[in-house]
Amino acid sequence: MSDERKIRVLVAKPGLDGHDRGAKIIASAFRDAGFEVVYTGLHQTPEMIVNAAVQEDVDVVAMSVLSGAHMTLFPRVKSLLDEAGADHMLLTGGGIIPEDDVVELEQRGVGRLFGPGTSTLDAIAYVNEWFATTHAN
Amino acid sequence: MTPVTLSSEHEALFERFSDGKVLGLARAISVVENERPGFQELLHTVMASGPQARRVGFTGPPGAGKSSLVAAVATEYRKLDEHLGVVAVDPTSPYSGGALLGDRIRMNDISMDPGIFIRSMATRGSLGGLAATTKEVVDLMDAFGFDRVLVETVGVGQTELEVTAAADTVVVVLVPESGDAIQAMKAGLMEIADVFVVNKADRPGAPRLVKELRQALHLRSGSALRDIPAHHGVDLGQVVKKERTTEAPAEAPEGWSVPVLTTNALTNDGVDTLLETIQEHRIWLDEAGELERRRRARAEIRIRDVVDREMRRIAWKSSDVRALLARGVDDIANGDGTPYSAAEVILEALMR
Repeated sequence: MSDERKIRVLVAKPGLDGHDRGAKIIASAFRDAGFEVVYTGLHQTPEMIVNAAVQEDVDVVAMSVLSGAHMTLFPRVKSLLDEAGADHMLLTGGGIIPEDDVVELEQRGVGRLFGPGTSTLDAIAYVNEWFATTHAN
Repeated sequence: MTPVTLSSEHEALFERFSDGKVLGLARAISVVENERPGFQELLHTVMASGPQARRVGFTGPPGAGKSSLVAAVATEYRKLDEHLGVVAVDPTSPYSGGALLGDRIRMNDISMDPGIFIRSMATRGSLGGLAATTKEVVDLMDAFGFDRVLVETVGVGQTELEVTAAADTVVVVLVPESGDAIQAMKAGLMEIADVFVVNKADRPGAPRLVKELRQALHLRSGSALRDIPAHHGVDLGQVVKKERTTEAPAEAPEGWSVPVLTTNALTNDGVDTLLETIQEHRIWLDEAGELERRRRARAEIRIRDVVDREMRRIAWKSSDVRALLARGVDDIANGDGTPYSAAEVILEALMR
């Protein structure tokens, strides 16, 4: 085992939609990239996601949102993370999210959001780069 | 020991931890799990009050329903108003170094309960069924003030028995599909179980497995033939009875005879009996002095672990040793030495 610190990622699937294929693909890809991935299954509320993120002390929360509720879910999770004292965590994710909304969410403190057709390698590279720049000491 | 001083960062962390802040516990676990500089001093500070919590380990093969059973058991303990820590271990890939930690999926019903703290750990190359620092994480949860800590191992085969070093009571969870009792008899799991649970007991084969396990357990205690008539009509029990009566009973009065229970974690069947049995085991541990013995055995393992870890760290951190290592490799390549001669040189250097 290398001495490098493991990157811990919570892959979360909020809301009522049951399409977890994307979440599972990204969870597997992150695992293969050497991350420790906590996957909590379907139908998570923002409160459950933040609670798990805090207890697991993850570095990154990655949400998959396909329901169209991204403008509610991402800001809600972001503000709950901040309230819980976990504002150092990166909130990122993916799903069917229009470009304008991506821009707006990024302005509100959410990290990069990935749309359909994204290569898992791009998401992995993004997390690795974010970790390297925020944990350089 | 020399007086321990915490870094200012860990001092602040210890304060949050002592104030009962969940974030403080979560952070402290990460410090320990990643063996960050100063983690041993932090543990030393936190563990000053000694073990208080009841520690129950759950182990068994993959897919036996350990996570679901832990969730069901945790739900019952919450009804008794106990505060709970849960550590669930899943395997790290030896190829990528990554891990998919999925035990929380089975624990969603209890995950929002503020009286329960769940932490997932990856084995990170450790082979005993736990991660290298799981025992220390249990200590942290104990020190944080939980009444009880539940430890769930990775899905185990026959040799991953480290859970005994983390728990007072070990529950071995099997399912009818686990194979016959011969599998359990081979080694290991049979010897570490304080309680056997046949989960998914609604499935075919459950009564057979229960019966086989009970027989195998009797074989271990040397009393298997006591109540079983020989199948050719001669009752061996009768023949040898006269001598037997003068013998001590196979189960000493102060002994614990391992029960075999059945549960269905999803319907909650049998979970109440499991709780009662864990409680009975706890009473036995106390009354027989076994808890003290187990804690002493654990303490020894822990001391050895820390010494091993520090020796390794000290040895390979030294640039002298690394130079000797490189020279040894060259010597072997040149036909001037063996791994043993090289190791001897290194050990001599370390002893000086």
